[in-house]
Amino acid sequence: MTLLIEESAARTQKKTKKVRGKVRLREHVMGWLFVGPFGIVFLALLIAPLAYAFYLSLWQKKLIGGVSFVFLGNYVKAFTDPTFLSGVWFVIRFSLVAIPLQIIVALVMALILDGVTSLFTRFSRLMIFLPYAIPTVIGAVMWGFLYSKSFGPLSDIFGLFGATAPDFFSKNLIFYGLVNIVTWQWSGYYMIILYAALQGIDPALYEAARMDGAGKWQIALRIKIPLIAPALLLILVFSLIGTLQFFNEPQILRNLAAGTISPGFTPNMYAYQQAFGLANFTYGSAISFALGGVVFACVYLFLFFTRKRRSFF
Amino acid sequence: MIGSSRAGARRRPQRHLPLQIFLGFVVVYFLVPFWWVIVNSSKDASGLFGGGNTLWFADRIDYFGNLQRLFTYDGGIYGRWILNSTLYALAGGIGATILAVMAGYGFAKYRFAGRRFSFSVLLGALMVPATALVIPTFMMFSGLGLTNTIWAVILPSLLNPFGVYLMHVYARDAVPDEILDAARVDGAGELRTFFQVAFPLMRPAVVTVLLLSAVASWNNYFLPLAMLSDNRLFPVTVGLGLWQGIASANNAGSTSLWSLIILGALVSVIPLIIAFFTLQRHWRGGLSVGGLR
Repeated sequence: MTLLIEESAARTQKKTKKVRGKVRLREHVMGWLFVGPFGIVFLALLIAPLAYAFYLSLWQKKLIGGVSFVFLGNYVKAFTDPTFLSGVWFVIRFSLVAIPLQIIVALVMALILDGVTSLFTRFSRLMIFLPYAIPTVIGAVMWGFLYSKSFGPLSDIFGLFGATAPDFFSKNLIFYGLVNIVTWQWSGYYMIILYAALQGIDPALYEAARMDGAGKWQIALRIKIPLIAPALLLILVFSLIGTLQFFNEPQILRNLAAGTISPGFTPNMYAYQQAFGLANFTYGSAISFALGGVVFACVYLFLFFTRKRRSFF
Repeated sequence: MIGSSRAGARRRPQRHLPLQIFLGFVVVYFLVPFWWVIVNSSKDASGLFGGGNTLWFADRIDYFGNLQRLFTYDGGIYGRWILNSTLYALAGGIGATILAVMAGYGFAKYRFAGRRFSFSVLLGALMVPATALVIPTFMMFSGLGLTNTIWAVILPSLLNPFGVYLMHVYARDAVPDEILDAARVDGAGELRTFFQVAFPLMRPAVVTVLLLSAVASWNNYFLPLAMLSDNRLFPVTVGLGLWQGIASANNAGSTSLWSLIILGALVSVIPLIIAFFTLQRHWRGGLSVGGLR
C-alpha cells in the first residue's frame, strides 16, 4: 500500500527531475523489496499474534454462560491476583540478585582474559563460554543431577568436611539453586561480548594513562570499564528482559522439586499453567500482557535511571 | 594486576600465576556439570544408584551399551527427536538469516519511505522476548489449525529482530556506499550488487546471525512445549524434559530411564559444541559488533 503511494509519488517527481526521480524510485522499491519479506513475517508472527491475544484478553471465560466481554477486567484480576503478584515479586528479586552477579562474573573474567594472554587463558575463554551452547533446558537438567540427593556429588563433597549437603530443592535454597544455574549458563556469553568490546579499545590509551602515572587497577576502573559501558548497558537490558520472563529452568526443576516450585512460581509459568493446564486462554493472555507491561516498566525505569547517572561512568 | 595492556603483554609475556590459578578454579566450576554428565553417562543403573563416587567412573564403563539403549528405547524415539531438532534448527536458522540479511541490508543502504518508522518499530520489538510471544502465537495458530505440526515450530523461529538489528549495524559499517555506487556505475543491477559486492563483505555477521538463530531454535523449549502434543514431533529439549518428568514421577521404578536421560543430555549438546568450536573465528567478530553498539 505505502509502496504504491510512494511509487506514484516518485513517478510525479520523475517528470520534473528525471535522473533524481529515477534514483528515488529505485531507493523506495529496492528498500521495500529487501525489507518486505521480513516485514511480512514481522506482521504475521509478531503484530498479529499480539493483537489477537490482546483482543482475547478482553474477554472472560466463565464456567456457566461461556465467554463475556469484560474489557480490562482480566487485568484488574491479574494485578490483584496474589499468585501473579508473588510471581512478579519473585522475578524482580531474582533479577536484582542474579543479573549483577552474572555481570560481575562476566566483567571480571573479561578483564582477566584481556589482561593476561596465554594458551591457558584462550582455553579458559572457550570453556567459560561453553554453557551458552547448551540449551537452558539441558543446563537445568544437568544441574538437577548435581543437586540431586540420590546421585549428585554434593553429599560426597560436603561429607569430606563432615558437613551436611545443602538441599537446593528446599524452599529456602531453591532461589540460590536457580541463581547458580543462570550464572553458569549466561556469564560466559556476556563475558564474550565484554571481551570483544575490550579488545576493540585502542592500546595507545593505556600507554597514555601509564605516562600519567595510572596503575593497572586505575586503568581497568577508569579507562576500560567506562569505555565498555555501552556494551555493559546492552547486556544489562537484555538480561533484565530475559530474567523477568524466567520459565525454562524452574519448569524443569519442578519435576524434581514439585513441593517447592509451585505451578505459578514465575509469571510466565503461571500464564502457561492458566493457558495449557486449565485451558483458560483469556486469562493466560491477560497475564502474558500484564507481564509484558511489568517488563516494559522495569526496562524503562532502568534506562531512565542509567541515563541520569551516565555522567557517573 | 588486571589491566595490563596487550602492548605490555607483547613486550614481556606476563604469566600472572595467581590470576591463572584463580582462572583454573573458575574453569573447573564451569566444567563440573559437563564432567558429571560425561562420567555418569558411562554407568548403568546400579553404578548410578549404587552409592559409588559420583564424580568418577564406576568399575564398568559402558558407553556403547547405553548408547544402544538410548537409540532403541521406545522404538528409537530419541533419534527422531535429534532429527527433529536438526530440522527445526536448520529451517528456522537459515530462514531467519536470509530474512535478517536482506532486511538489515535494506535498512542500512536504502533511504526508502517509511524507513525510520519501520526501524523504530523493529527496535521496539527487540524488547519483546520470544517467550512472551508463545501463548499469543499458540492461540493464533490453533485458530488456523497449525498447532501440532512442524510449521508451528519453524514459522515462529523465522522472526529474529535482533538478527536484523545486527545485520543493519554491520552492513552500515562494513559496506561502504562508495563501493556500491561504483558497482552501479559499472552497470551492475541492485541484486547483483547485493550478492557479489555487499554479501561477501557481510559474511562474518551472516555466520553469526546464522549460528545464533540456529542455536536459538535448537535450544527452544517453551515454544515447542506449547505447540506440540505428538511426541514424535518433539525436539530433543522437550523430549528430554518429558523423560525427566516421567523418571521423577515414579522415582524408583524408572532407574534405567535416568541413565538414558544423562546420556541423552550429553549427546544432544555435542552438535552445538562442535558448531561453536569450528565457527569460532566467525561468530566472535560478529558478536563484537552487537556488543559495541
